[in-house]
Amino acid sequence: MATQFQSSTANRHWRWFTNHAATWLAVGSTILVVAPLVAIFLDLVYKGASSLNWDFFTKLPVPPGESGGGMANAIVGSIVVLSLASLMGIPVGIAGGIYLSEFGRGTKLSTVVRFTADILNGVPSIVMGIAIYGLIVAPTKTFSALAGGVVLGIMMIPTVARTTEEMMLMVPHSIREAALGLGVPNWRSVLSITLRTAMPGVITGCMLAFARVAGETAPLLFTALGNDFWSTSLNQPIEALPLQIYTYALGPYDEWHRLAWAGSLVLIVLIVVSVSLVRYVTTRGVLKGAN
Amino acid sequence: MGVGIEVNGLNAWYGTNHTLQDITLHIPANEATALIGPSGCGKSTFVRCLNRMHETNPIAKVTGEVKIGGQDIYSETSAVEVRRRIGMVFQRPNPFPTMSIYDNVASGLKLNGFRNRRVLDETVERSLKHAALWDEVRDDLKKKSGASLSGGQQQRLCIARALAVDPEVLLMDEPASALDPVSTAKIEDLIFQLKSQYTIVIVTHNMQQAARVAERTGFFLNGKLIEFDSTHKIFTNPSDKRTEDYITGRFG
Repeated sequence: MATQFQSSTANRHWRWFTNHAATWLAVGSTILVVAPLVAIFLDLVYKGASSLNWDFFTKLPVPPGESGGGMANAIVGSIVVLSLASLMGIPVGIAGGIYLSEFGRGTKLSTVVRFTADILNGVPSIVMGIAIYGLIVAPTKTFSALAGGVVLGIMMIPTVARTTEEMMLMVPHSIREAALGLGVPNWRSVLSITLRTAMPGVITGCMLAFARVAGETAPLLFTALGNDFWSTSLNQPIEALPLQIYTYALGPYDEWHRLAWAGSLVLIVLIVVSVSLVRYVTTRGVLKGAN
Repeated sequence: MGVGIEVNGLNAWYGTNHTLQDITLHIPANEATALIGPSGCGKSTFVRCLNRMHETNPIAKVTGEVKIGGQDIYSETSAVEVRRRIGMVFQRPNPFPTMSIYDNVASGLKLNGFRNRRVLDETVERSLKHAALWDEVRDDLKKKSGASLSGGQQQRLCIARALAVDPEVLLMDEPASALDPVSTAKIEDLIFQLKSQYTIVIVTHNMQQAARVAERTGFFLNGKLIEFDSTHKIFTNPSDKRTEDYITGRFG
């Protein structure tokens, strides 16, 4: 019996070779994936960092031809629009995901909801912008921060809902039984046990959705419009970083191009910082040995 | 204090599969009752009918009467109420992984809205002592996750969690089958101590275990209760040929 499992020298060499080949293939693929990301970021720092100064964060844009000025209104505008979007998209998305995984299993409605979410995820963002233009901007007769928040919020829903569903389904059945066996009502078990156990994954889904819409430009063209002046009002047009970058990058002035690079850098840093902050806050309380 | 369980004409189905057929038996209070039988004989389904966990499966159905302390759990009360009175320990330890040891034990009370810190502290300590786990975890109560404990400790944690809501009956579905012999011995010691205060129903594959811990034993086969008697009688002088064949190892 034993000889059957003993390998020849040739066999061992072949195994050494395939093992190393597979390892290096994995390393190579990783580099291939990470390299463009690093390249983009370095390029942004190289071209944008030199135009970053205190004025960039505190001043409004100046008329063409004048130098200086900043994107303070766009930074604040982005924060306003993204907060609105998160306030709408995350609760609705999580609630939808909970329905799909816990209450709608196998029902017709859940199949429809899941299918709709997947379709919604595939709708081009410019079409979403036009739709919200028709639903909010046209009836209210004004472009607005609210319309911008709504369109980005709706775009967040499918990602948040589908990740929540997947993560809730990964919670072992035995954990749910433990809660029900203690005489905990089903709704309580779903919120306090299943959702809580799935939370790290759910948060990742929310962050993915957030990062994705933070850079959207097209839907904002039809909703938030952009604004060269200070505005934090929800029913007025508002500036946002991607809009400002879009305008400045296409403009004819070198000064604008430099500011566009700086704006891109700030946008990326804004996304990375908010995602890291949420990660830090939500993983701080995790206990030793929790999985 | 424990209460007795009267089961009359209990039938259970999974889809079209008739897994329990016309079960009638009386489980006395403050004793340990063991249920034995080959895999798939219906003994797990039976205990899951005693706390209405059976019905959490959408294709499951049940008919008949189960009276706990005189009250019919299917017609006279709600499933949630029943499960608060009847604790359950499952085959695989299933502590809540995101909760500390303390919160695991307190979960039954906390999730039902109970917030009094002093009473919670007392209950957690008493339950962990009852489950013979207190000395091993007292220093890490709020620092460590329930999932960080060893398998045997996790199972005792689950027992403490079940005891914390002060049930009258404790159902144990093969509580030691995933554990090593040392942990198994601890669980058996525990059953021995607990039965003075609770009515215990234990499903087991291990016949020595049944003989060691239980006053009474029921033998299930193909969804039917073949024989139910004192453990001594079942293991020394069973009335039914099939029981004898099973305990002497001729099948199953």
